[in-house]
This record gives sequence, structure tokens and C-alpha cells, in this order.
Amino acid sequence: MRYVDEYRDHAKAKILCKAIEQTVRGLKIDESRPLQIMEVCGGHTHSIFRYGIEGMLPKAIELVHGPGCPVCVLPMGRVDDCVAIAERPEVIFTTFGDAMRVPGSRGSLLQAKANGADVRMVYSPMDALALARKAPEREVVFFGIGFETTMPSTALTVLQAEREGITNFSVFCNHITIVPTIKAILDSPGLHLDGFLGPGHVSMVVGTAPYGFIARFYRKPMVIAGFEPLDILQSIWMVLKQIEEGRCEIENQYARIVPEAGNVPALQAVARVYELREFFEWRGLGSIDHSGVKIREAYARFDAERKFGVPNVKIADPKCCQCGEVLKGVIKPWQCKVFGLACTPETPLGALMVSSEGACSAYYQYGGVKRHSPADEVSAA
Amino acid sequence: MNLVPRIRTRPLGKLHVPTVTLAHGGGGKAMKDLIDDVFVEAFDNPLLSPLDDQARLDLAALAGFGDRLAFTTDSFVVDPLIFPGGDIGKLAVCGTVNDLAVGGALPLYLSCAVIIEEGIAVDLLRQIARSMAGAAAAAEVKIITGDTKVVSKAACDKIFITTTGVGVISAGIELGAQYVRPGDVVLVNGFLGDHGAAILCARGDMALETPIASDCAPLHDLVASLLAAAPATRFLRDPTRGGVATVLNEIAEAAEVSIEIDETQTPIREEVRGFCEILGLDPLYLANEGKFVAVVPVEQSTRALDALRAHPLGRDATTIGCVRHGEPGRVTMRTVFGGERIVDMLVGEQLPRIC
Repeated sequence: MRYVDEYRDHAKAKILCKAIEQTVRGLKIDESRPLQIMEVCGGHTHSIFRYGIEGMLPKAIELVHGPGCPVCVLPMGRVDDCVAIAERPEVIFTTFGDAMRVPGSRGSLLQAKANGADVRMVYSPMDALALARKAPEREVVFFGIGFETTMPSTALTVLQAEREGITNFSVFCNHITIVPTIKAILDSPGLHLDGFLGPGHVSMVVGTAPYGFIARFYRKPMVIAGFEPLDILQSIWMVLKQIEEGRCEIENQYARIVPEAGNVPALQAVARVYELREFFEWRGLGSIDHSGVKIREAYARFDAERKFGVPNVKIADPKCCQCGEVLKGVIKPWQCKVFGLACTPETPLGALMVSSEGACSAYYQYGGVKRHSPADEVSAA
Repeated sequence: MNLVPRIRTRPLGKLHVPTVTLAHGGGGKAMKDLIDDVFVEAFDNPLLSPLDDQARLDLAALAGFGDRLAFTTDSFVVDPLIFPGGDIGKLAVCGTVNDLAVGGALPLYLSCAVIIEEGIAVDLLRQIARSMAGAAAAAEVKIITGDTKVVSKAACDKIFITTTGVGVISAGIELGAQYVRPGDVVLVNGFLGDHGAAILCARGDMALETPIASDCAPLHDLVASLLAAAPATRFLRDPTRGGVATVLNEIAEAAEVSIEIDETQTPIREEVRGFCEILGLDPLYLANEGKFVAVVPVEQSTRALDALRAHPLGRDATTIGCVRHGEPGRVTMRTVFGGERIVDMLVGEQLPRIC
């Protein structure tokens, strides 16, 4: 496949691995306290596991799999709200595929579907709008989920629905924004992170400026990274270079996709349709100020939350879950008390086991090949 | 070999309506007309035509083929019913034929039970029955007994088909995961994931322009060529639902070995790779309907590959990996990028990723 295979080249990977090794050697890192680099985005986590990148890095580098999987961080209460909307007889509830499996306190959308709710998988909010056109007698609700990556397409769909005067379409808005969450992680005590791989797709929309504070105030280097394995290796090397040279900057490895200023029309659509929420609840991380958006008053008729008066219940994460500590890199997934035991991809308790982009699920499925079995770790702990 | 004497044929009933209704499931003349006009007409063979409650097989004649019977059943519920490269009818025949073939059996007879949702067009049903007949002819099997039920709207999704197959395993053929040994080689007979991608694509949700055709095909002849060339073949399985990844895990678990495959050697069509890239799916978990995974001892692997490649259904056959001592039950893949990852069993269904 052209434009893809070039970024998966084994020979080039070897060269980069060598460069990384050399730089790390120069840094004289104590292996008992490895350098921690957090990849913020779930897409990166997925690539890292899919291509076995962790095993190619020197032991002195530890990748911390951050909070950037929107499906994982969705709290139970919001899933329950989804199910409540989906169960209404007039509603066709449309969602991206991988959001169907996220468990709420009363089960997932997949289970709601099995119980008779009309839940349908779509590939784009525009598909949901097309459904609304075709079924004017039904209420079509789109499950808006994701960071700035998917936020504009939902906004543009709302604007399109407004232009066409469609009245049976609405969005259950669970869009979240990554920057306040990175800040919350940086503010949390006991944190050792040495650098970040910045989210590629989010940055394609927001540009590079919003991350400036990470370098300026927190003195951490960040490299905005693409999703192919060579992108990731190169970005890791760029972070190491910054550390080596004592720089803290926001660099852009993914310049072929990410313009410095972001995508202006997309940002305009986002600003027109949404406003920041005072706070939003994240599974594993708790409530974070200004970390979610809601639909503005002007578009209230497209807001499923207003239209259906969702219960908006709050349900605490199970007490045994250590997702927050895993997310911040304080412990590794398999060091969690319930990893692989009570919490598996089949019966996920915690956020990170839910989607294939979640760190725990990725560990469970693609596995750090050479690590101990989870049972050993648990009994040793 | 003809196993039964020819039986005098009787006049067949005719349908005069365009759609199937509950009346066609009522057991009366309408049902008889449906069975005659659609199924008997298509499957026409002396064992079926008397429409007794059972087909009768001559044991002595069966024994001429080998020393064990193979017996299998499978239900088919595909959406859409017709897709590039096949339809539910062809699938229902090939699926059961292949389940027999990968046990080393010569497939001989099938049953065909059809559950029809009222309102289905008779022409569609006819098309599917003819497709089954065509597939049965290609697979050199006969459909010798069957059943039809008509159910009310929404009690089933258009058409469900169950086929049961009988075959005979010739003396000396012993296939099973328990024979798999470290050092053995893992082969496949061609590109992986075609069927799964074709079905997802044919549902039309994605509006992709590249057509991907299902690989649906009967494998009995290819299996026979393989077993002739590599009689020490340890194990065969067709990686349908759950794909190659699932089969490899099943082998590793049953044989208490580890299996290592090489991503650069894993044959996946460009179209299928592209499709999976877009949706965030893993082709190793996509269904195949004309493929098998074979484990052969290394000393017969060259002959096995040559035999496969000489057959039209094995032209793209290749080695994808090998069996190792390693941790029992573990399947790993050396990635194109040079890393290593675990290939685990799939949990639930593969769902497209959000971004």
C-alpha cells in the first residue's frame, strides 16, 4: 500500500532504533528509574502494541499509555444515559462501532440492542443524518464521542441538519478535549513523566499552539507524532534529543498532516456549535474542569441531552480499579490488582480494558511478549 | 461410483405466485409445490426425488471409500444474502464440504434445511437453490435430503440455511492438533480475510469503490492434492469465523506448543489491507470461506507447497510461520516492522475503531 508501507520499513526502523539507543546511552539513565514518555493518544497505544514497538526500545525507556482513548474514558453514568435514550421506542440510536461495548452500570449498548433497543453502528455522523432523512417518523440520535478529531464532523453534521431543517436528528454530546486533561495529569502528585508524544489527529484540528504551556510551565518536551510505527520511533528519538540538549519544546513530527495553525474551518464549526462544560467526568480520572463540550443554546433542538432530559446519573468507578494510576504511569497495567483477573476485555471493570486502544486491553491482547504473567505479578505484589 | 439404483421420477409440482407466504410452510400442496419447483428442481438427484422422510445410503458402497464416516453440520445466516463471489447457497454448500474436507474426508452427501421468512421472492429462493446445486456439483457432493420451514415476518432474517454433511475418511489419514510438533511448518493456501472483508464491504455502509470478492470455494480437491503430496500432514482447519488468528490459537492450545508467524509472509490482498486500515480491523480475525491452515512436518513442506501451488485454489499458497517449543498456547507474530506481538483470541466481535 503506497503512503503506508513506507512508514513501516524494517530497515529504517533499525536505523532509528540504533539512534535511540545511542542517545539513551549518552543520557546515562539508571534502568531502575527509566525515562517515562507518555503517548497521550489511544491511536498511538494501538500502533505501539500492534507493531511490537515497546520490545524494540532500550530498557531505559518506558512508554506510559495515556488517557487518549475516548471510548475508554467514558464514565459509566454517561453509558447509562445512552442506554436510557436508546431504549425509548421512538429512538434510533446511532454510534461508532467500538463504543457499543463500553459497559455502563446496566450493561452496554450492545446489550441494550440485544434487549430490543434500536442501536445501529455508523461510520460517520453524516450516516446518522441520512438515516434521519430516511426515517422522519423516528428520532435519530447520534452518540457524539471523541476528542477534537471527531468533534468537527459532529458539529458540521449539526450545521447541515440545521440548513436542511431536519427536526428528528440530535446528538448526545460526549466530546471531550485533551488539553485540560494533560494539565490535570501534569498537576497530579507523584508524577515522573519526562516527555510526551502529542496526539496527531487532535493536533491536525487544533494545531500546535494549545500545547505551549507543557513546554513553558511544566518544562516537559512534547513531539506531535504520526501513527505509523516509524513516526512513533522518530518522535521518541526527537523527545530524547530534546532531553539530551536540555530543550523543552513542542515539536511537530507529523507535519505532513498537522499544520501549525490547525484546521481553521473545523475550529470555526466547533466554536459555533459547542461551548465548554464546567467539568466533565472521566472514567479512571474523575471530574476534570473544562474537559468536555456541550451543544450551545442556539442549537438546543439538536441536543439529545435537552431533548430527552437524560437522567445524567453519576456512578463511581469500581473501588478496585487502578486505572488512574495506570493512566499516569504510576503503575504498569499488569501491576493493577484486578488486571487479567476480575478485569478482562470480556468483562472490563476499568476504563483501560474497554477498547483495543486502552492500555490494559492492549497489554492483555497484544501483550508485552516478554513480561511475567499477570498472576505472577499479582502474587508478588 | 453410483451408490443407488435409479428411481422412477414423479411429476413435479409448480409454483404460481411471486412470493413465499406462510401457506408454503403449511404442509399441504403449496408446500409441496415450493419444494418441488424450487429445491427438487435444482438439486435433482435420484436420492432426493422420492421425498421420503430420509435418504438411505448403501453402507457397503460407502465403505469402498474408506474406514471412517465424517459427519458435520453448520448453519448459515449471512447478510447480505448475495455478495461478490457468492451467496448464502454457495456458502452453505462450501462451508459444510470444507468442514468435511479438512478432516481428511471425501465429502459425499449433504442435507439442506431452509428457514424462510414470509415475503421472500420465489425468484430469489430459486436463485439460491440453483447456486447450491452449482456449488454441490463443483464440490462433487449430492444434496439428498432436506426440509423447509416458512416463518412469519421478522421471525428470521430472510433466509437461514443449515447443511449437514457426510463424508468418508480413507484408511491411513490421521489429522488432528495432537499430532502437531515443534518444528512443523504452518501453511495457508492463499490470501486471508477476503470473505470477511467482502461481506462487510457488501453491506454497503462504507461506500467503498474497490469490490472485494469472497473466496468461498470447495476445498476437497485441494486437500486431496495436499494429502497426496504430504501424507504426514498433521492438521488442517478452515479459518472461517474468527479467522486465522483463532485457528492458530486453537492449535497452540490443543497441541501445547507455541506458534510464531511472520507478518511479512502473511498473504493479504492490497484491497483487504486497505479496507482493514480504514476501519481499524485486523485481517487475521476476518473470516475465510475458501482457505485452510495446514500444519505439515518441515521435511514435507516443500512438496506440500508445490502441490498446493499447482492447484487453482492454492496458487498463492505460502508458509506463514512455524511451531515452536515456547510457552504452550501462545501465538506470536513477528511484525513487518521487526517487533513482536501476541496474536490472541478475539473477544466478542471485531468493531470498527472510532479514530
